[in-house]
Amino acid sequence: MKETGTLRVKSGLAEMLKGGVIMDVTTAEQATIAEEAGACAVMALERVPADIRAQGGVARMADPKKIREIQEAVSIPVMAKVRIGHFVEAQILQALEVDYIDESEVLTPADEAHHVNKWGFTVPFVCGARDLGEALRRISEGAAMMRTKGEAGSGNVVEAVRHMRRVQDEIRRLASMDPTELFAVAKELGAPHELVAWVAENAALPVVNFAAGGIATPADAALMMQLGADGVFVGSGIFKSEDPASRARAIVRATTHYQSPEILAEVSLGLGEAMPGLEIHTLKERLQERGC
Amino acid sequence: MAPVVGVLALQGAFREHARMFRKLRADVREVRLPAQLDGLDGLAIPGGESTTMGKLLEEFGLCEPLSRFATRRPVFATCAGLIVLAQSVVGRSRQPLLKMLDVEVERNGFGRQVHSFESPVELQPPLGLQGELFPGVFIRAPRIFPLGTRARVVAGLNGEPVGVLQGNLLATSFHPELSGDLRLHAFFLDHMVCGEGNIDRQTEVDAVTSSMTR
Repeated sequence: MKETGTLRVKSGLAEMLKGGVIMDVTTAEQATIAEEAGACAVMALERVPADIRAQGGVARMADPKKIREIQEAVSIPVMAKVRIGHFVEAQILQALEVDYIDESEVLTPADEAHHVNKWGFTVPFVCGARDLGEALRRISEGAAMMRTKGEAGSGNVVEAVRHMRRVQDEIRRLASMDPTELFAVAKELGAPHELVAWVAENAALPVVNFAAGGIATPADAALMMQLGADGVFVGSGIFKSEDPASRARAIVRATTHYQSPEILAEVSLGLGEAMPGLEIHTLKERLQERGC
Repeated sequence: MAPVVGVLALQGAFREHARMFRKLRADVREVRLPAQLDGLDGLAIPGGESTTMGKLLEEFGLCEPLSRFATRRPVFATCAGLIVLAQSVVGRSRQPLLKMLDVEVERNGFGRQVHSFESPVELQPPLGLQGELFPGVFIRAPRIFPLGTRARVVAGLNGEPVGVLQGNLLATSFHPELSGDLRLHAFFLDHMVCGEGNIDRQTEVDAVTSSMTR
């Protein structure tokens, strides 16, 4: 009678996260700070993207011991990242009963040609995308939630804005097209016609779409919400800032009251230094280019 | 006069509730601040993360206005919404509770996300006919333990309570807003918002009607 792992149940949890902030954490202590600030979920990982970028080396799934400690510390959903295509890391995370898996370009890809076949898992997956074609390819592989890739660890919101606007533009374009034209568009986007037709008819993505990659301030979070994001991921932006607890709380409030400049002004007061930001054109490696 | 229904929009699946109510031709408003409760005939508290909602309720001064609202007007609470209304929570909890509904809840009582499930639930009068089935979507759902007899069980799953009705409060541990089935939202609008249970609205409707006849 009870059916687990259905698409409704997988995408349903993403619906419940909407309007919320998902925060990167590397320890149980950080997870508690995030929960206390009002995060709707935490993302367990070994190093935040800014450190991965600075230190280099191969970035992998977090230590299961760390994940267990974080699960024990908080009652909100716990997500964790796997390398692109690393289905065994995903099997391990499912065995640990994490609530969502992020198949993420922030970690070093394990497979340059294939993503994880996400249909085979009970635990739902979130994936990053820079445009509609990429988003629909991930959804066709079984992703139940999407996010912009942005440029993780940069503290610069410009790429997340670019990716959010691009996806929205492409959805609007599809919605105005003649059904006959959608076959050629599907080919151009490199996405299944069935999903392209669904987007054209509903003028929306079939799953929730969060903003991620470079969000560092309450204003950044509200900007992404006003551009149509369903919620936000904040990676390095919180625990690489001067006062993580206050900044975390402010970003949560800004995400709820994104339409109210008065509240945004009030929550942005006196948060201390944000994380240092990087100019995108100075970056040696763009994480967003991994796994298209 | 279409009923005006608010949906608490701090965090979570508030748009899904709004969509259901609009299909039923209600006038829907999003509620993020206390003043936005004014003029509402009823309110839905959606699913989402109850700790997040709790923090935001506290920080924006909504706890007391919401409790006052819920003593007089109908409230439909699902999943996290149910936790917000509950009397108490099993185990440790730092989140504020409105303590309006005579139940204790166990957060994520059915387990983590890998144990989230779909299953038909059995409705009971007055929510539906005895044993009428409704598609239940349970996502990291809370378990309900009624305290005393005021909270009447109106939906069950294998003999366990998953929906309760207490005066003007209707609460479920599952998500009717994700089911695509309008029956529970229609029940809330027809019997609770526009029905005799809503004393305030009846008085207003009577006042408008009598002023019109005059």
